[in-house]
Amino acid sequence: MQVPILKQGTYLIAVVQPDLSDRDLVDLRDALVERVGRHRSTGVIIDVTALDVMDSFASLTLSNLASMIRLRGARTVIVGIQPEIAFTMARLGLTLKGVTTALDLEEGLAYLGQSDPRSS
Amino acid sequence: MTTETNKLQPRKGSGAPSGESLRELVAHLRQNRTQLRDEWAKRITASKLMTEMTAAEIAAEATSVYDNYIEALESGTLEALEAYARSLSERIIPRGVETHEVVGIVLLLRDVLARSLINSDHGSFDRLNAILDAYEPAANRIVITVAVGFVQERERTIREQQDAIRELSTPVLQVRDRLLILPIIGVMDPQRARQLTEQLLRGIRANRAKVVVIDLTGVAAMDSNVANHLVLTVEASRLLGAKVIVTGLSPEIAQTLVNIGVDLTKMTTVGDLQGGIEEAERELGYKVVPSDDVVAAT
Amino acid sequence: MRVETTVPVRTESDIVVARRKGREAATPLNFSSTELALITTAISELARNIVRYAGSGEILLRASVNGDRPGITVIARDQGPGIANVAHAMRDGFSTSGSLGLGLPGVRRLMDEMEVVSVLGEGTTITVTKWAR
Repeated sequence: MQVPILKQGTYLIAVVQPDLSDRDLVDLRDALVERVGRHRSTGVIIDVTALDVMDSFASLTLSNLASMIRLRGARTVIVGIQPEIAFTMARLGLTLKGVTTALDLEEGLAYLGQSDPRSS
Repeated sequence: MTTETNKLQPRKGSGAPSGESLRELVAHLRQNRTQLRDEWAKRITASKLMTEMTAAEIAAEATSVYDNYIEALESGTLEALEAYARSLSERIIPRGVETHEVVGIVLLLRDVLARSLINSDHGSFDRLNAILDAYEPAANRIVITVAVGFVQERERTIREQQDAIRELSTPVLQVRDRLLILPIIGVMDPQRARQLTEQLLRGIRANRAKVVVIDLTGVAAMDSNVANHLVLTVEASRLLGAKVIVTGLSPEIAQTLVNIGVDLTKMTTVGDLQGGIEEAERELGYKVVPSDDVVAAT
Repeated sequence: MRVETTVPVRTESDIVVARRKGREAATPLNFSSTELALITTAISELARNIVRYAGSGEILLRASVNGDRPGITVIARDQGPGIANVAHAMRDGFSTSGSLGLGLPGVRRLMDEMEVVSVLGEGTTITVTKWAR
């Protein structure tokens, strides 16, 4: 399953679908890293609103993704974690430490725009 | 239910085969329906059970219970009776009917019917015994079924009421745009803690809150279980993009948190609620201006 | 009344199937949306362990409704190498630096009850249950 990745200015926005498999996550990670390099993007937003399960593998892959994207000079924000998912992650001890999270797409864009020299 | 099927098995007794005895007894109970049901209703009133209900209501329910009772005896299965017991319980629980009353009236019915069977003419002692052998275990199963159905319904109602009370007793307040305050008062148990967290997380999303102030001034102490929950709440809130400021931390609670391994320097804490709100407003970019300055400016 | 579903688990796409079937099995039990999330996440972790450490196995979903205490039981069974030290596995938490391990304490926190039976060289059966309120 392909996760759609949209380009908005210097940002990339990936909208995750439900029923995401482990392979889909790894493919997404690789695709985003590649595109950030290709487009010289400054920010990546991953919208997980539709994600019904965030388990240890998903959490790890997203953390790795953020690290790899940072190495390419861009920032990552994960948005749209549902309350039930946040609760579950906290119970499992998955904190997505070091990864920026925001409520939704709007907040994610606001965050990226804040310290983006291009936006001021 | 357990692995045995929901069937009422007649005991093997001496005399007539049990299937026939059961049919005979059901026929007798059907034949004398009106008289037996009325006698039962009279005995209910005399026993001062179900005082929450009027005589007319008792008579109406008595008819349904009687008919369902006979149905259960005849069909040998309890499913219909279970369903009836649940719906009866749903009706009478709000009226304040208690468990001993429900058990009491079904036992009275059992006795009225048993006595009627004993007093009617059976021809022989053996035949009477056969009929009672068929009746007794079946009647007892029925009493248990109705009682259990009532108790389960009662427990469900109590749980719902407790949930409602918990929800009412801790409102999540929206004080300003993007700022939520959760004042916690009273005793915290794991159940309440979980409910609070869920309410707060939903509130963060609904109000698009960026800062949450959790005020613990009204909480004297919490066990490590609930303390862990507080940490969970802070972490889950962050995943929703909201920062949590904890205020009103008593020394006891601070100690509990340290004991469970929380690094208090990583948690944003402020002494009191007012200070917490000011800190929150600073986070949100509001400038806090003392009121006399405003007056001076005009 | 009990409803049972068995999901064979061999490849990682089976993990997604197990989650979906788990949600389907748990939905009629009046769990809250949070509890559903906890259950499906636990299933995801258990299924992944099977794929990763045992190669293949199955997830049995048992939902009991009406009469029995309502709840869902998930049994993750495999004929894999087994867990050398179950007590140890139950003590080790997830390390936030990312090593996955079995994550059993985490799964334990998601559910109400957990039982682990494992024989080296023969296989592992993990049973977890969540009761509906």
